[in-house]
Amino acid sequence: MTLWEVFVRPRRGLSHVHAGSLHAADAELALRHARDLYTRRQEGVSIWVVPATAITASSPDEKDAFFDPAGGKPYRHPTFYELPDGVEHL
Amino acid sequence: MIDPLEIGDDCLVLAQRLAGWITRAPTLEEDVALANLSLDLLGQARALLSRAGDEDRLAYLRDPAEFRNCLLVEQPNGDFAATVVRHLLYTGFLYELYAAHPEDEVAAKGVKELAYHRDYARIWAVRLGRGTEESRRRTTAALGALWPYTGELFETEPDLREPWDTFVGGVLREAELAVPRVPPAPATRWTGGRRGRHSEHLAPLLAELQELHRAHEGARW
Repeated sequence: MTLWEVFVRPRRGLSHVHAGSLHAADAELALRHARDLYTRRQEGVSIWVVPATAITASSPDEKDAFFDPAGGKPYRHPTFYELPDGVEHL
Repeated sequence: MIDPLEIGDDCLVLAQRLAGWITRAPTLEEDVALANLSLDLLGQARALLSRAGDEDRLAYLRDPAEFRNCLLVEQPNGDFAATVVRHLLYTGFLYELYAAHPEDEVAAKGVKELAYHRDYARIWAVRLGRGTEESRRRTTAALGALWPYTGELFETEPDLREPWDTFVGGVLREAELAVPRVPPAPATRWTGGRRGRHSEHLAPLLAELQELHRAHEGARW
């Protein structure tokens, strides 16, 4: 049976978050199993199921090359802008 | 009006039947799914039986002949196909009953649960009917064995026959399964549960359900 990854959106306005995985023969059954396994205590309002094989993941071996270069670059955070007076909702 | 004893007993007995799958289902996921269906029905049974009297006394201290559930729900789990077919036939009925009584608190809440139950049974019936040669053989056998018990459901609720036929007929078409012909038998073979005349399968089910309470009355966790 296919392995499926389950993503649950806890509330409207939030994004889907990985909740876990399960086995099912097809997508329709995977969705129902996900409902029974991951939302029976009102954890969600929307579910995605994705075949685990459809996910391309970064490799732990590449972790240094992938993520370390972002360290020590605080100028990438939008904290250096001076807001003109009168700008709202920022 | 929804008869609290008849439908409460239906829910209680079917919940107990489904609970029999726990740790025995084909997969872990299915185990949880069946337990969920069982718990939905147990909740409805408790609410309905509480209307008829003391829920514990009614569940634990009645003998088989005092139960008013239909014969369909007490039929053994059999294989997975039989459980799916039984669930399709019964929850197709209970969904229509609840949908017809939106003024009833249990029905108004239960109709959403039952919509899920009958859909769950539908997608499995379709997969089993159109799956392998073996799944089709088993599903056809289950349908033949359980179909005759459906007549009893409509003796008290004749108006539900038409919507039930439409739903179940649609599922069977989708599953490429034929409506079975009921073999000739004395009429009492397929009905009587609502009057306390049960099949031989109810007593062992109740023995297991009631054992603890009868040995230690009022036992609590």
